[in-house]
Amino acid sequence: MNVRLYIWQRATAALMVPLVLGHIAVIFYATGQNLTAADILSRTHGSVLWASYYGLFVAAASIHASIGVRNVLAEWSPLSDRGAGLSAIALGLLLAALGFHAVVALVLM
Amino acid sequence: MSEPISELSVSLWRGAREGRYETYSVPRRASQTVLDVVTFVQRHLDPTLSYRFACRVGVCGSCAMTVNGRPRWTCRTHVEKVAADGRLEIGPLENMPVIKDLATDMAEFFQKWQRAKGVFAPSQTRHDPIAQIRPDTPARAAADAAIECINCGVCYAGCDTVRWNADYLGPAALTRAWTLVNDARDAGNRARLQAISASGGCHACHSHQSCQELCPQTLNPTAAIAGLKRRSAAAYLKGAIEP
Repeated sequence: MNVRLYIWQRATAALMVPLVLGHIAVIFYATGQNLTAADILSRTHGSVLWASYYGLFVAAASIHASIGVRNVLAEWSPLSDRGAGLSAIALGLLLAALGFHAVVALVLM
Repeated sequence: MSEPISELSVSLWRGAREGRYETYSVPRRASQTVLDVVTFVQRHLDPTLSYRFACRVGVCGSCAMTVNGRPRWTCRTHVEKVAADGRLEIGPLENMPVIKDLATDMAEFFQKWQRAKGVFAPSQTRHDPIAQIRPDTPARAAADAAIECINCGVCYAGCDTVRWNADYLGPAALTRAWTLVNDARDAGNRARLQAISASGGCHACHSHQSCQELCPQTLNPTAAIAGLKRRSAAAYLKGAIEP
């Protein structure tokens, strides 16, 4: 962990605090209103706001998690520092791909 | 010297990386320190026992060992506080190569002080007037709070991050860097912040606070490292340093 990774991890954590709270609020609202998946998708379809909200969430989570996993791998696995870095980048890309796929499904389906 | 009041069962590490604990019986005495126990074994039971000490009064930082699983300065550790049941297991400090028995190789520990730029970089010459340092400034107070380190290696031996990441500079070297970062007379902060911001520097610390708990001088290296994190992050965001 160097200062660049440290700042990215802290900044994405700070960014996710309001996003997580908003996400939890959405969950409570959806369950409280007995919304079905079709109801939710009808509201999010074509919405730039929801695409931006969850797109930002996916980007922040992918960066934050991959930096954290990089640390774990570097300290606890036999991987070299470079190996841990490459593995973490692969994980971050996987998380981003899965997350953005879900965001696309949310607003375009 | 008071008479022995009982016998202590003392297990001492014998060997280098490979070795074993050997058990000795040592007379229990009043106000006896762990260093007294080790010295008794070496002088009366086995003169081949290797260990390190110098001042015997908690100043030099030479005599730290692992006592009943915890790193301690042995000259200031009373037997009655750590071995109520009369049993002592004394080994070399962890996170350092063992030379022989209880003596560890502290070369890397001190090399990391160099890597952390733990050396004063003067901003003036001997021909300049003596700098006037007010003790009540926040920077000087921060430096003073961390400056009494005796280089004993207890924090380094008890640090989980050092155990997991051999490249990590460790609490002692970073605490030294923190005192210099706050020293108004020092001119080496850019290079120092650069050094402690790289991989293995202050940002590797997990803030477990073992160093704070174990430091025999009751210093708080975790707070010093947190200060370094803030200073180096600010310097990086200003473009003053590169990781």
